[in-house]
Amino acid sequence: MLETTTKPVETVPATYEPKIVAFFCNWCTYLAADLAGTFRLDYAPNIRIIRVMCSGRIDPQFVLDAFAKGAAGVLIGGCHPGDCHYEAGNYKALRRFHLLRSVLQEMGIEEERFRLEWLSAAEADQLKKAVDDMVAKVRALGPLHLETPEEHFAEEVMVS
Amino acid sequence: MEKSMHSGNGAPAVGVYICHCGANIAGTVDVAALSEWAAILPGVRVSRDYKYMCSDPGQEMIKQDIRDHGLSRVVVASCSPHLHEKTFRTATSDGGLNPFFFQMVNIREHDSWVHKDRDVATDKAKDLIRAAVRRVQLHKPLEVRRVPVREEVLVVGGGIAGIHAALILADAGKHVYLVEREPTIGGHMAMFDKTFPTLDCAACILTPKMTAVKAHRNITLWTLSEVTDVSGYVGNYRVTVKRKPRYVMEDVCVGCLECIDACVYKTAKVDDEFNLGLSKRKPIYMPFPQAVPQVVTIDPETCIDFKSGKCKKTCIEACDERHAINLQQEEQTLEIEVGTIILATGFRVFDPKRTPYYGHGVYPNVYTSLEVERLLNSAGPTGGELVMRDGRKPQSVGIIHCIGSRDENTNRHCSKVCCMYSLKMAMLIKEKTSAEVHNFYIDMRTPGKTFEEFYNRTAEEGVHFVRGKIADVYPESNGSGKLILQGEDTLLGRMRRTSVDMVILAVGLEAQSDAEDVRRRFNITCSSDGWFLERHPKLAPVATFTDGMWVAGACQGPKDIPETVAQAGAAAAEALSLINAGYVELEPNTAFVVEEACSGCKTCVSLCPYTAISFVEAREKAEINEVLCKGCGVCVAACPSGSITQNLFEDEEIFEEIKGVLAYA
Repeated sequence: MLETTTKPVETVPATYEPKIVAFFCNWCTYLAADLAGTFRLDYAPNIRIIRVMCSGRIDPQFVLDAFAKGAAGVLIGGCHPGDCHYEAGNYKALRRFHLLRSVLQEMGIEEERFRLEWLSAAEADQLKKAVDDMVAKVRALGPLHLETPEEHFAEEVMVS
Repeated sequence: MEKSMHSGNGAPAVGVYICHCGANIAGTVDVAALSEWAAILPGVRVSRDYKYMCSDPGQEMIKQDIRDHGLSRVVVASCSPHLHEKTFRTATSDGGLNPFFFQMVNIREHDSWVHKDRDVATDKAKDLIRAAVRRVQLHKPLEVRRVPVREEVLVVGGGIAGIHAALILADAGKHVYLVEREPTIGGHMAMFDKTFPTLDCAACILTPKMTAVKAHRNITLWTLSEVTDVSGYVGNYRVTVKRKPRYVMEDVCVGCLECIDACVYKTAKVDDEFNLGLSKRKPIYMPFPQAVPQVVTIDPETCIDFKSGKCKKTCIEACDERHAINLQQEEQTLEIEVGTIILATGFRVFDPKRTPYYGHGVYPNVYTSLEVERLLNSAGPTGGELVMRDGRKPQSVGIIHCIGSRDENTNRHCSKVCCMYSLKMAMLIKEKTSAEVHNFYIDMRTPGKTFEEFYNRTAEEGVHFVRGKIADVYPESNGSGKLILQGEDTLLGRMRRTSVDMVILAVGLEAQSDAEDVRRRFNITCSSDGWFLERHPKLAPVATFTDGMWVAGACQGPKDIPETVAQAGAAAAEALSLINAGYVELEPNTAFVVEEACSGCKTCVSLCPYTAISFVEAREKAEINEVLCKGCGVCVAACPSGSITQNLFEDEEIFEEIKGVLAYA
């Protein structure tokens, strides 16, 4: 097995603002975001919400694609367990989430960058808290630094 | 302002419309800059900003541009699609395009209302608009699906809200199933004595409506019943109702009450629920004289025959040849099909055990307001005499407001009705006993037609008002039996001890204890304190997020009788509107299998919660039944060969959105 070399610590520029892609289900979390608007809750502007009918619709490819296209984080929002508008789509989302998160970690994407939140249509406050918390954590992590094949190659050369 | 850029022949020509929403969006987002910027996005032919896109001129602008500029796609950046998606789809359609050649961008709820910095909010709006412009170019023409709406309506809860809604629907010729879990309909209103601010008697206005329910040929009334399961969708719900045994045949019993006299219990020993334990009843009983249905009920918890099987069954003897009593009656499970559902499950009063410092349950002369309603009621345990548990008539009464309301330790909300019912009670007490009545309030809240006038009248009648919350209730040390109310008089700025004979706790309204279970059963939403959530606080106050289901009355939040009745009427009218249309239009966001790509792995088949996917053995392909599919997209995300597509949410459309929001990430 190769020894892992620690990557040089990159300092996060003070002005860095991560972009986070959020996939929210139509019935609970999208509405929580609507309610946050109605309540004029001021939360971090870094998220971009994409609406899907159910969190169960979220294809792992959407998440991978978002990271590949430059998202610094991906947030999935669905109805609480037992509350799915389509009976159990959120459980499917949960299963995919756990699997995908371990895959992402293998790829070097920190777990703070991929998050799942159950937020009902009434939980605008919790939405604000989740978004603010996630943005703060991802901001501290800095831009995504995916290891490229070249880095591995260099690593290998160094070892031999 | 107009900026145009002509796309090549055949390429989609997108029109982008940015709404100011007065200052709601324009106050935070630079709409002019946005529209200028959007004009040069690839594929955009027209880009405009306008004060109110949802207004007639706004919609007209879209229609005109479709015709004049040959637009093939429309993007509107305004409020939530939950509010106006339909409006703009219709405008798109009226302009001559398929209504689904439209995409909405939420730059109000998700942007201008939640951010303060103008540049940041404008940048966010750009990302969201870019995503929509990219996505909409892939939109396919779709058709809405129409499904028929069944005429039958289910009304859950037989309080004044459920009664009123049921009667309106039944009068319109629709069949109503009214399901109530108690042995009688009437709800809380049946317990009240008089109603504010008119002081007319609750029973006098309620009981005719209760009787009308029973007599109506279009109403099936099921008491002692609960809905245990709901499936299906708008227009076509399948509902399971459990009917608990009454041990008395409803259609045979005539309500003569001879069985009650004949009961082996010579005296009533069981706490009477309707009178909140202020009187006793027998195991066989009528909840109250005007109960509907007018039939007795046997309580198996206290009936000797159920406990030991050794009762002489004198009740059956008394019933004689009518044979209305059947101790072998069993629980029944019924299945019905309805098109629409109205939830009117009401509220519960705050339990004063949670505020032990007020001494309810410790000092006999501390009462809740609902208990006092029963004492004041001429059909109540004391025949309408205000007599306390110790047999005395009070010379002085203290009413403590906001018990379980506006209190960090219990409930934060204002229960809305307590100030007014406390004033009503003060008037009735003065009328009946000429006692001195002291109201201890935080704020007097009397917004409502003639409510303030009623408050003034109460003050003129000599009712005392002290602004301050009582901190403690304790007995006078001299053994007089009086209670001392201690608290700060915030107008005088000093502590005050008031000695009274009787204390009334003006308890607030809370969501039913099983509201959480009920809302799950019906797949609707609750706020954190358990009140059912309406679709929109202003524009859809009785609709829920589940199509074909409405809420009415205090299950949605504290409210008084007129408001409850108004909501019940509104819910009934909205249900009628749907029934009258005869059909409901469903989103065409169903999934379909592209057979050439399907590998026949069957992964999708077991995932579908609606068994809409079947496996066609002959072709070894999966097939989706469009009628059963509800468009969640779970199968689409799971298909390993990418052969399932969801209308309106195609993979490619979402990939374009991702690209759009991240263009400059």
